[in-house]
Amino acid sequence: MKTEIIARAAVLLLVFGASLVVVATRWVHDDGVVEVHAAMPENGGWLPSNISTQVNEPLQLRLISDDVVHGFALVQSDLEPVDIIPGKPIEITLNFDQPGTYTFYCTRWCGANHWRMRSTITVESDTPNLIENEPSPPLYLDLGIDLDAPHEIPDLDLDRLPSADRGQKLGIDLPGRYLSREYYLSHSPNQAWEDLRAEPFSVVLNDSQVWDLVAVVWPAATTNQSLIVGQELYNQNCAACHGADGRGDGVFALDPSDTPEIDSMGNEVVHPPDFNDPTQMYGASPALLQGKILRGGMGTGMPSWGQIFSEDQSWALTDYLWTFSFQDLKE
Amino acid sequence: MTRITLNSLPGFNFWVKSRWPQLIIRAALLGGFLIAILAGFFGTQVGNGNISIVAVWIAWWAALILVAVPIFGRGWCSVCPIPMPGEWLQNKAVLGPPDSGSSSKSGRRFPKKIHNIWLQNGAFSALALFSVVILTRPIVTGWILLALILVAVGVSLVYERRAFCRYLCPVGGFIGLYSQLAPLELRVADSSICASHKEKSCYRGNDQGFGCPWDVYPGGLTANTNCGLCMECLRTCEYDNILINLRSSGDNFSQVRGQGLDTSFKAFIMLGSAMIYSAVMLGPWSELKDAAYQIGSLPWWGYAIALLALTWVALPGLFYLTTRAAHKLTPSLRNPKQTFNIYSGVLVPLSLTAWIAFSLSFIFANGSYLWPVLSDPFGWGWNLFGTAGIDWTPYLTQFVKLLQVVVLTAGLFWAARKTRQAAAVMKAPRQALPVTIFTTFVTFILLWLFIG
Repeated sequence: MKTEIIARAAVLLLVFGASLVVVATRWVHDDGVVEVHAAMPENGGWLPSNISTQVNEPLQLRLISDDVVHGFALVQSDLEPVDIIPGKPIEITLNFDQPGTYTFYCTRWCGANHWRMRSTITVESDTPNLIENEPSPPLYLDLGIDLDAPHEIPDLDLDRLPSADRGQKLGIDLPGRYLSREYYLSHSPNQAWEDLRAEPFSVVLNDSQVWDLVAVVWPAATTNQSLIVGQELYNQNCAACHGADGRGDGVFALDPSDTPEIDSMGNEVVHPPDFNDPTQMYGASPALLQGKILRGGMGTGMPSWGQIFSEDQSWALTDYLWTFSFQDLKE
Repeated sequence: MTRITLNSLPGFNFWVKSRWPQLIIRAALLGGFLIAILAGFFGTQVGNGNISIVAVWIAWWAALILVAVPIFGRGWCSVCPIPMPGEWLQNKAVLGPPDSGSSSKSGRRFPKKIHNIWLQNGAFSALALFSVVILTRPIVTGWILLALILVAVGVSLVYERRAFCRYLCPVGGFIGLYSQLAPLELRVADSSICASHKEKSCYRGNDQGFGCPWDVYPGGLTANTNCGLCMECLRTCEYDNILINLRSSGDNFSQVRGQGLDTSFKAFIMLGSAMIYSAVMLGPWSELKDAAYQIGSLPWWGYAIALLALTWVALPGLFYLTTRAAHKLTPSLRNPKQTFNIYSGVLVPLSLTAWIAFSLSFIFANGSYLWPVLSDPFGWGWNLFGTAGIDWTPYLTQFVKLLQVVVLTAGLFWAARKTRQAAAVMKAPRQALPVTIFTTFVTFILLWLFIG
């Protein structure tokens, strides 16, 4: 009987010992690390959906993918995006010196609803003198632009795409206001064309030549650095739907022959516009495009990026969008 | 027929007769089994990062098919943790035996009508239908492992001895089939001692051990199929008349009586499943993979019907026609059913080598998943042994195809040899021709599936 008792004790230890250690380590002992699970939005997205921490307290996150490769990026921070490989949890430490709500998001095209993979970290402070950063309102609000008003120009008559090179060769010294960043941001190419058409120096020009002058105005207000940043952002975040060439044929976009549909999460999805098509682009100002990027397409499937991109990033992305319909910009 | 008796090795009898080593190993394995269940339910659902998938379906399965079954036969059954809790409840002891011995006789006898492996055949086929999901989704594996334990406990509470292992376990069926080929056997030294021993303590049990949990009378053992190598009879035999022998592989592979139809079908199920699995898991047909994965969908029904049709109808039907042709070539005294059963035995080595070839393909490719999950069994970011960061690295993949060709060719020659032996026993040597054509044809299909 004594042997049997020893055997039972040994069996209990061997059978349940390891499991008890697992349970104790997992659910009793708190190592202070917040476990963040990443899954495709259809499978739940980020879990937990919100994380709370305190200002100036290191926040340790253990990032775990539950299905495919995801990426972790924190908006408007110096943190390089981190890949989260399935089966390879990774730990990172974040530090916040200001209270506020910080958005983090997935940087890998993990599925058709990839862009919905966003969540927040709420950073609180007991110190009253720390002031939350309040972003300034976007330009489209200042200009009173209605983002949902049609801006396409279906009857735009262009026999060729405008060319800055040809515009330069016209030998016209454009007034300074046309070459300013402020003018560029608040005017559509079509408005710029109308303004230039009304200028005395355009009397001798035909319509195509005036469009070539517009093509001079557009690169004048952008920089190469801005276009490089914009291209990087575009490829990482937009090309999945809009296509690498901006034709609206990305891997997650509807096939052009398909009718708009309701996606697996109940949202209507429409065809993305073709950024190469002047009829779709030349009626929009950079301010309008930035507004659409920040706010999203409201029911079109286009996500809101306002919480993700900094102001500079959103402008860089806007600048880059014009490279599809103004060929000279790329060069 | 040379045999080496292991009992004469120093200390051998002590280690196999002592209950402790087996108890410790089984309890530790049950602990691991419990970890696998917990990992299935609470660990990461990424299959290659969860120990339930990696340890069970990669490491254990490969060890079973590549080592345990070919060498030890039912050696795994002797340490299998699944029936343990049921046995404890049945025996009312974890170590035992009770003073009166023979508590294995508690419970009802398993219904005589199903004293065969048809239920095991059905269970294996049922699992095969869902195998792609079972093999890749930890939570499904968790449920399957839990269900196996619970069913084993339930059966032990109702029926005597290890009825679950003998008649229901989906794994036990094919282990029994292939144990016929194993070089390890348990036999009696002198059957006349058994014949004159009235107490039959090996079957009924005594104060040294339980009556045979596998419901086998060791004195009459001529094949490995139903002997679970639990070692109880070595403990209970009052004359030390039970031996563990090493022999040349497959010596008890009887061609004289043939095997039962249930066992014949087990060979077809195993052979057909190896074909289907290699096509689904190794082949380039993504539609097939999708069909196997999308349980309940129309393509899955197509996959399920194809799997069942191949294993239960097409292969047996084709083989039946082959044996009919063999019978016509040289009529023998056996009726068609006997001829079918006798020759279907040649598929045992063929299907075992098919499974070995299949297992080689994934153990070398995926074996390295074991190192990270040993350190991080649940995929929670642990690094217990410092191996969590080891990346997936396929090993020796350049040799796998060569190994598969060697194994399948060896299987074909083995089957051909058995065919010739069977034909000789039937006194109809020419009957070997159609059967060999069949096994060659099957081997070519397997080679095409594995090698392309």
